Formats: sequence, structure tokens, C-alpha cells
Amino acid sequence: MRRFSWFNATSLTLGFAFLYLPMIILVIYSFNESRLVTVWAGFSTKWYGELLQNDAFLDAAWVTIKVGFWSSTIATVLGTMAAYVMVRGGRFFGRTVFSGMVYAPLVMPEVITGLSLLLFFIAIDLDRGVLTIVLAHTTFSMCYVSVVVSSRLVSFDKSLEEAALDLGCTPFDAFRSVTLPIIAPSVIAGWLLAFTLSLDDLVIASFASGPSSTTLPIKIFSAVRLGVTPEINALSTIMIGLVTVGVITASLVMKRNIARARLDEQRAAG
Amino acid sequence: MAQPSQDVFAPWEDATEKPLIRFKNVTKRFGDFTAIDDLTLDIYAKEFFALLGPSGCGKTTLMRMLGGFEKPTTGAIELDGRDIVGVPPNKLAVNMMFQSYALFPHLSVYDNIAFGLKRGTMDKADIPGRVDEMLRLTRLQQFAKRKPHQISGGQRQRVALARSLAKAPKLLLLDEPLGALDKKLRQDTQFELMDIQEKTGTTFVIVTHDQEEAMTVASRVAVMDAGVIVQVATPDAIYETPNSTYVADFIGDVNLIEGYAAIKGNRAEITWAEGQPVITAKTDLKAGTKCTFAIRPEKVAITAEEPPENRANRVQGKVLDIAYLGNISTYHVELPDGKVIKAQTANDRRIARRSFTWEDPVWLSWTDTAGVVLTK
Ligand SMILES: Nc1ncnc2c1ncn2[C@@H]1O[C@H](COP(=O)(O)OP(=O)(O)O)[C@@H](O)[C@H]1O
Ligand SMILES: [Mg+2]
Repeated sequence: MRRFSWFNATSLTLGFAFLYLPMIILVIYSFNESRLVTVWAGFSTKWYGELLQNDAFLDAAWVTIKVGFWSSTIATVLGTMAAYVMVRGGRFFGRTVFSGMVYAPLVMPEVITGLSLLLFFIAIDLDRGVLTIVLAHTTFSMCYVSVVVSSRLVSFDKSLEEAALDLGCTPFDAFRSVTLPIIAPSVIAGWLLAFTLSLDDLVIASFASGPSSTTLPIKIFSAVRLGVTPEINALSTIMIGLVTVGVITASLVMKRNIARARLDEQRAAG
Repeated sequence: MAQPSQDVFAPWEDATEKPLIRFKNVTKRFGDFTAIDDLTLDIYAKEFFALLGPSGCGKTTLMRMLGGFEKPTTGAIELDGRDIVGVPPNKLAVNMMFQSYALFPHLSVYDNIAFGLKRGTMDKADIPGRVDEMLRLTRLQQFAKRKPHQISGGQRQRVALARSLAKAPKLLLLDEPLGALDKKLRQDTQFELMDIQEKTGTTFVIVTHDQEEAMTVASRVAVMDAGVIVQVATPDAIYETPNSTYVADFIGDVNLIEGYAAIKGNRAEITWAEGQPVITAKTDLKAGTKCTFAIRPEKVAITAEEPPENRANRVQGKVLDIAYLGNISTYHVELPDGKVIKAQTANDRRIARRSFTWEDPVWLSWTDTAGVVLTK
């Protein structure tokens, strides 16, 4: 065991404080009795109650959930397919370029992704609304899914697929009945990741959304410009909670099931 | 077989018999590496055919071409008279038992075995019966509901076998099926495999790098080296009459003595060392040539007394080393010129009654049919 040292303890405290102090303050003030954001006047949950009365916020929440569900579902299908081709496709013409292109959106500035999508939607004359946000979110979250899924596929024993082919499966049937059930935890983790990313996104959503469809982050951002209210603190706290649960579940599902599946596979291999 | 009266199984000696598998001048390259080099081979129905060779000599590649997983670069492969080059694995009546078993970890033993049946032409109602039959054949009835990680290595190996046999393929490919098992279990399983092969009448092609295993199970053995087949023959022919020093050396223990053979009728007289009597051995060679004389240690007799004059070959030496293996002992005997020859005897007496020990002078002798004269 490593020994406790003051240096390590201090670094850890400072680092975490830097990361989480602002959020903790936000969470605390969401339970503030007073309308004044910076003055503590006792504990209350009334802002959460008021939030439920606010139709504009509820509409935005509904849009956000719809967008999150559809974009992460489509991104999971496309991302898994892309990962499968990348890992299993062998050496086909342009493979390096193609795999680079799948991952490029990871490092592309969001403003540029958003702007190019906006121009694209205008060019094909697509009215901006829920559909365009779904498309935009699918575009950037699909590469995260494909990263998660391909890291699992790399360690996947290829002879399992060959055994399935040998026993009479078509390549698609082999994928559906052998590969997919075994990599399912990673696919689910990819979906959860995509969902949280979609929930979070402000920049790309503001390019892709229209007047009739606003997501929560956009709503919060525009409300804050008129001044921070305790209602917004409450809403943000809920979102922090959702995202935290999403990310933790994703990583737990990944860790536990992948470890178990690998163990199964290793043991099954003798 | 040509004559029903003859119950020796040897379709390869019958010119009218059609082989089940034909490799015709098959070459397989990976990039500029040649894994299989212009290989021609016939395998007959109901054979238990073993591919034997060191790691990396192309055994798995040969198998994978039969299973439809790899295409030969040039040449043709026929199964039952049909060219199978380019036919995908799911369209071939061939099943493979993978080196790693490749059991589906998310399915039970039962569902692993039923997997192929559900994707075949079999009536849905007949599947449970067939799976049960396979479970019984491999003695796995009480494990049907377990997942692969809940059973032992030997049981997993039997599940893999049951799964690949379930569809009653024309041909079963086994890639080092017993590699992961310990020695005792291995030997038991070898006999089990032979038993199952006989019961089902399936043609087996087995890959192994264990020569004992190949000799035990196979009707014929092909010894491979770097992408080519050096010799194909029955296990006893491979052992008794290897066609090259490579085969002689690969299978079992052997003494190799280099020399020059002069031909006297149907005998070779091999000059091999200054001041030593020539070795005489029966041979088909017609002209004198450089050669290697190969003789198995158990065919060399070791005695303290001088052997009778009529033994064709007799040499004197002294015991350098003794390897005691329980049932047999191998004596390393040094001849006056420094050459060491191994002789093996069965230990049919207790060790204390042995007639010679280290440094003792001994005689080695063997008949003129005990060894073979090799020119390759
Ligand atoms: N897909 C492949 N790509 C490149 N080289 C390969 C491939 N498969 C096999 N080889 C090479 O071919 C040779 C024979 O391999 P293999 O048939 O697996 O040998 P064995 O089963 O006899 O040990 C090895 O040198 C191996 O590196
Ligand atoms: Mg191999």
C-alpha cells in the first residue's frame, strides 16, 4: 500500500474542489428559500414545485427527452455498424481515411459542426425543429458510440463468429445471434453515453433548433440572460442528477458486464 | 474397399475408390509469405486423417481452406467431387471444431449444440431428440443447462465436439482439439474420439503437433514441413519406413548415422567412420550414394556379452548415460570414434539386477532389416 502523504491529499482536494465546487454551490442554492440567488434564507424545495408549473420549461424538457431518445437510438445503430466494419472489415480500400472520418467529429469544434449542419439543413430546405436536432445530435454522438463499441470488438474472439458461420449462419445471422448478444453491454453503454451527450448539448442544438422547438439547455441559457433565478438552479440540479446517473450507469454496465463477458469467453475458450 | 472379405481399412490403396477430399496443386500465400506450397493430397471417406507438423507449418491454414474460411491462392479443392473454392462456410457440409473451442458464452450447453441444427434443414420437432443424442454420445446429459463457463475444460471440449457433430457433417475438422487438456485426460479423449468417429462414420481430419496423438488416432498421417507434405502413410509405415531424415527425426526417437552406401545386391554397405565395420542394411537403392542410416533405439540390442557372429551389425562402446523411464531405459553408448548411439530396452527386471551401468563396456547389435537407408 502506498503511504498517505499531505501532498497527495492536498492535490486531490484542490483538484476536486476546482471541478465540483461551482456545481455544489448551484445545488445548494437550488434549495434556497429566498428569490435572491446569493442570499441564503433557509431550506426549501418550493422552486422544484414552481418548476413543475412552468409550461415553457416542461415543453423544453419533453423536447429534450424526445431528441435524446431518438438521436441516441439512431446513433447506436449507426455507430455499432461503423465500429463493426472498422474492426472486422479487414483491409478495404480507403479504410484509414474512413476510420479517421468516423472519429473526426470527436475533435471538431462544436461551433463548426453546428454551423455546417445549419447550412446543410438550409441547403436541403429542411424546416428546423425536433427532426433537425435529432439529426444533428445523431451526427456527433454516433462517433462516441463507435469508439465504445469498437474497443469491445477489438477484444472479441473472432472464432466465435467463424463458428457461427460454420454452423450455418449467414454473416448477418452470425452478427445478430452471436456477436450482438455478447457485445450488448457495450452497445447499451454507448446508448447511455449518446443520451447524456444529447441532454447536455447547447451549441449544436442552438444551430439546429427552430423557434417552435427548444431544448432545455437552450431554454436555461436564454433564461439566464435575463438573470439567474432559483428555478433555474433547481432545473440545473435535476439535469446534473440525470447526467450523473446516466454516466455512472453507463460506466458500471460497461465495467461489470464487460469484465464478466470476457471472463466467460476466456473460460469458454479453456 | 474392393474385396468385402478383406476387413483392413485401406481405401487409399484401391485405385477405383474416389477420394472425399482432393487438394490439387494448392498454394496459399499471405502477402509474399507462402503458407501452403503446391500441395496435392487425397483423403478418403471414413478416414481419420491426421496432419502432423511443427507450429507454423500451415496445418491450420490447410484446415481453414477445407472449412471455407480461406481461399487458396491457386489450385483446386474438391469435396465429394465438387469444387469448393469460394463456397462460404455456411454452405458447406463441413464442420469445424476450433482450436479455442469457440463455444458461445451466452448460450447453455444445450443451445450451443442446438445452434447449428436450428439453422439447418432439420424439422423443428426433431431437434431436441438430436441434441439429446449428442449429449448422450459425449456424456454431457447432466450439464445441458449449464453455461460454458460453468463446466470443466474436458467437458467444454466435448461440448465443442457435440456441437460440430450435431449436423452430421460429411467431414469434421478438428484443430488441435486436445491441446488444452492434461495428459491423462488427453489419452482418454483420444480413445473417445476414435470411438465416436467409428460410431458416426464421419470423416475426421485432425490437426496436431503431438506425434503420439497422431499415431494413436489416425488411419493415415501426413507429416508437414513449411507448407509442404513430406510423407503421407499409415502410422506404422511412417514409423518403420520414414522417407526422409525429417520424418524419421520428427516421429519418435531415432539414431541418425551419416555415411556412404555401396550397393551389393539388395543390401547397402554403409561406410560411416574410420576403423568401424560397415553397416549392412536391406535397401531398394540401385546405386552407391551418400546417405543417412536411421535406426530406432528399441531396435538396437545392448548386451554385456559379445553377440553371436550372425548378427549383421555389431559395434562396441561404453555406457555414457542412462535415462530410466520406469518401463523402459534408454542407454547412451559412446563408440570409440565419439559417436553416441541410443539403445532402448524394456525393464523387465528390477533395477538392481541390471547387468551394466555407467562406464561399462557393452556391445550394440542389430539386424540388417532393423533400420532404413535414407537419401533425403
Ligand atoms: N491470416 C494470415 N495472415 C498472414 N499470415 C498468416 C495468416 N494465417 C497464417 N499465417 C501464417 O502462415 C503460417 C502457417 O500458419 P498456420 O497454418 O496457423 O500454422 P500451424 O497451424 O501449422 O501452426 C504461419 O507462419 C502464420 O504466421
Ligand atoms: Mg494451428
